[in-house]
Amino acid sequence: MKGLEPLIFEISKPGRKAYSLPELDVPVKSVDSLLPEQHLRERPAELPEVSEVDVVRHFTRLSQLNFGVDIGFYPLGSCTMKYNPKINEEAASLPGFNDIHPYVPEDLAQGCLELMYDLQNYLAEIAGMEHVSLQPAAGAHGELTGILIIRAYHRSRNDHKRTKILVPDSAHGTNPASAALGGFTVVEIPSDERGGVSIEHLDKAMDDTVAGLMLTNPNTLGLFDENIEKIEEIVHSRGGLLYYDGANANAILGISRPGDMGFDVLHFNLHKTFSTPHGGGGPGSGPVAVKEFLEPFLPVPTVTFDGQKYNLYYDRPQSIGRMKSFYGNFLVMVKAYAYIRALGPDGLRRASEDAVLNANYIMRKILEYYDLPYDRHCKHEFVVSPSRIKKETGVRTLDISKRLLDYGFHPPTNYFPLIVDEALMIEPTETESKETLDAFCEALIAIAKEAYENSEVVKSAPHTTVVGRLDEAAAARNPNVRWRKPE
Amino acid sequence: MNFLPNTDKDREEMLKTIGVKSIDELFSDIPPALRFEGDLDLPPAMSEHDLAKHMIDLANKNKATGLVNFIGAGAYDHYIPAVVRHVISRSEFYTAYTPYQAEISQAVLQSIYEYQTMICELTGMDAANASMYDGASAAAESVTIAAGLTKRKRALVSRTVHPETRAVIKTYAAGHDLVVEEVDFENGVTSKEHLLSSIGTDVCCLVLQQPNFFGNLEEVDDLSQVVKENGATLIVSVNPISLGILKPPAEYGADIVVGEGQVFGNPMAFGGPYLGIMAVNQKYLRRMPGRLVGMTTDDQGRRGFVLTLQTREQHIRRERATSNICSNQALNALAATVYLSWLGKKGICEIGEQCLQRAHYLADRISELEGFSLAWQAPFFNEFTVKCPMDADKVVDALIKKNILAGYPLGRFYPEMKDHLLIAVTEKRTKEEMDDLVAGLEGLA
Repeated sequence: MKGLEPLIFEISKPGRKAYSLPELDVPVKSVDSLLPEQHLRERPAELPEVSEVDVVRHFTRLSQLNFGVDIGFYPLGSCTMKYNPKINEEAASLPGFNDIHPYVPEDLAQGCLELMYDLQNYLAEIAGMEHVSLQPAAGAHGELTGILIIRAYHRSRNDHKRTKILVPDSAHGTNPASAALGGFTVVEIPSDERGGVSIEHLDKAMDDTVAGLMLTNPNTLGLFDENIEKIEEIVHSRGGLLYYDGANANAILGISRPGDMGFDVLHFNLHKTFSTPHGGGGPGSGPVAVKEFLEPFLPVPTVTFDGQKYNLYYDRPQSIGRMKSFYGNFLVMVKAYAYIRALGPDGLRRASEDAVLNANYIMRKILEYYDLPYDRHCKHEFVVSPSRIKKETGVRTLDISKRLLDYGFHPPTNYFPLIVDEALMIEPTETESKETLDAFCEALIAIAKEAYENSEVVKSAPHTTVVGRLDEAAAARNPNVRWRKPE
Repeated sequence: MNFLPNTDKDREEMLKTIGVKSIDELFSDIPPALRFEGDLDLPPAMSEHDLAKHMIDLANKNKATGLVNFIGAGAYDHYIPAVVRHVISRSEFYTAYTPYQAEISQAVLQSIYEYQTMICELTGMDAANASMYDGASAAAESVTIAAGLTKRKRALVSRTVHPETRAVIKTYAAGHDLVVEEVDFENGVTSKEHLLSSIGTDVCCLVLQQPNFFGNLEEVDDLSQVVKENGATLIVSVNPISLGILKPPAEYGADIVVGEGQVFGNPMAFGGPYLGIMAVNQKYLRRMPGRLVGMTTDDQGRRGFVLTLQTREQHIRRERATSNICSNQALNALAATVYLSWLGKKGICEIGEQCLQRAHYLADRISELEGFSLAWQAPFFNEFTVKCPMDADKVVDALIKKNILAGYPLGRFYPEMKDHLLIAVTEKRTKEEMDDLVAGLEGLA
């Protein structure tokens, strides 16, 4: 079976090599004399044997098979695929930030610690909260951190009967998963006819067995929950806490603060809102912010400043503990810090404003062909449904997404949120120009027309990509997850 | 600075299309009391030049660059070849999202498949995932797998496992109501006697580290046998760069192998981002968290790669999920893949042998010093523990004045070992640098 680019193993040739190591300048002893035989490897691992130019060409050619923000428009809903400023990458590659072991004495790491301390404070200010832990490695990791903090809080008050977490049916899939991992039973709350949390159902569900509510606001429909004050009152008055999923925070920077809305704990995604690149799936960073009364439960360590020196602070006996080793994804923090410093308060607010403007603009331009389940101003993203197109032509969301590839765009998020049939979730971000948005709208409209005029061309898309639709069912039925040398 | 391409004229036209008079109107659904008035209390915007200068100034406030590093303890100072940064700086890789649209993500997908293969080869296991957040969280999620599979609620972790890994295991266990108990050590390795007295058929797993936190090689065959006899899962946390010369964990019965993948082409970077390695035997494949890439074909029979077995994942299982992990450390895993391609079949053995030889040279020299001795007799790979004639913290402080980071004082995690210093040696440490360390220590005794 021929591939687009051979596997690195397939171009391997015995005796070829890329590496060079320093001369071994110490007296050499036989390995057997240093290590007992039972610990030694008998057969070498089959890593490839290739030259340096092989390595470079292989990965360079591979890279050309991929799409990224630097190539084109990437309106993937709830993922905030904004432009990743290049100065951030340069800052994160400075030797002072890279050649530094996490266990060097704090005196030698004052630059790292100062950056972390300031970033903690910036994020707290943006959140409208008092304290921040930078430790979580990703959004879902931050969610789990927050859920464990909620759990620790209730337990500290000897309140053991709160075993449930409420999650709206529009929530990101990680919310219920994180709550379950934190040891809670998940209770789903339906949405109302305006796309917000159903107050009626919340009112019924919220009792003294509920530890808290996880909410994304604006939610995954891109809608700000107009009843947030009522929600806050219901949850807090009955002893629950409010968790804010910051995946959609790109809509609210400097415009509204989760802490002011009444949330007690939140996570941000530095790789979404704060412009750090997604890296093909990571590394991300998911800092957690809390109100003052939850500070005792934050993970250790956090960074403190005594007026002269920055320190790692561990003295938190009620802490939930550690979420990962060391202090978090530091180089990702460097990029987010640089971004906040570049934009300043005014720039952050304008980023959110333009993100919301861009989303509303696309939404209004495609309505002739795509249905809007909730006709309101959206925030930074929105969800439409090609349900009419599907009914009349058989063309589905998946087909439209694949056809968009032929037009040179990354498709929106598909089939999410689950409460909208055939959902297409579109998030343009603020870093896209009107021309790009216009071209994208034209493509969506052209595809809708194609569905009626020549539906086969949409249903069999993509036609211009390096591979066609891949057989996922076969991949799952008989998993081939590693290469083996042919016998 | 900002990165907004819209001109004021664009904005006007767009507002007109939307049918509103101002951007503010788009926010009219936010209750007035919740609208933030004024400016966030943040420093003002900067030009790119000013920002670049500021970031350099901050980086220069760190004083570790240029010091000769003998600190290991979970993060290691290996050389990173130029090809690694070259490849991971290609924005086709680093500005992509998770490869959900396989047709335009073959670079990320194929490189993960290559990574999975390399990890399987090194560990001897049947399958590896696309990576976890770090070695510690990979270990913690392994305990969850073991508890789920065995339906047992007690987990054993050796006290020779990295203290921060143990801490993360405990944090994760809280949500599952698992009881985590530690197995003590004797002579620097896990005590088989203590394991025998702790284990039972209610134990879901034993977590070991090889080489262990003190640098010592565990008597894995013996311990593995005890675990198997009790029907528990053996989880082994490895330093993966040791696997060029050390026995693959599959050969001594590991069911799940985890490890800190930083050693493969990722900078120490004050603790992250790194990547968590996770590999399992076949029995655990469908329980393994995280992303997994599989090979398949397209509609014309061409080879291609996709994310597979996604029914395991949180976005499908939601509240029934056994893991909530969503992202991986893809770019770090790519760095590891490039690094391992560069090192290759011979290089991974040679670098292992270099670490081994250099570490033993230094250990021999230090043990000849008056007042200093090796803490234990156990065999070691690239890291070893020295008993000092004073607090190890004092040793470290004194050697910094000679531009040497002498090692990691164990007293922070093991209060009974304040005079113990953990020293790591990579292929980068020259004889001259090691002799300087020895001379520095000699001056203290």
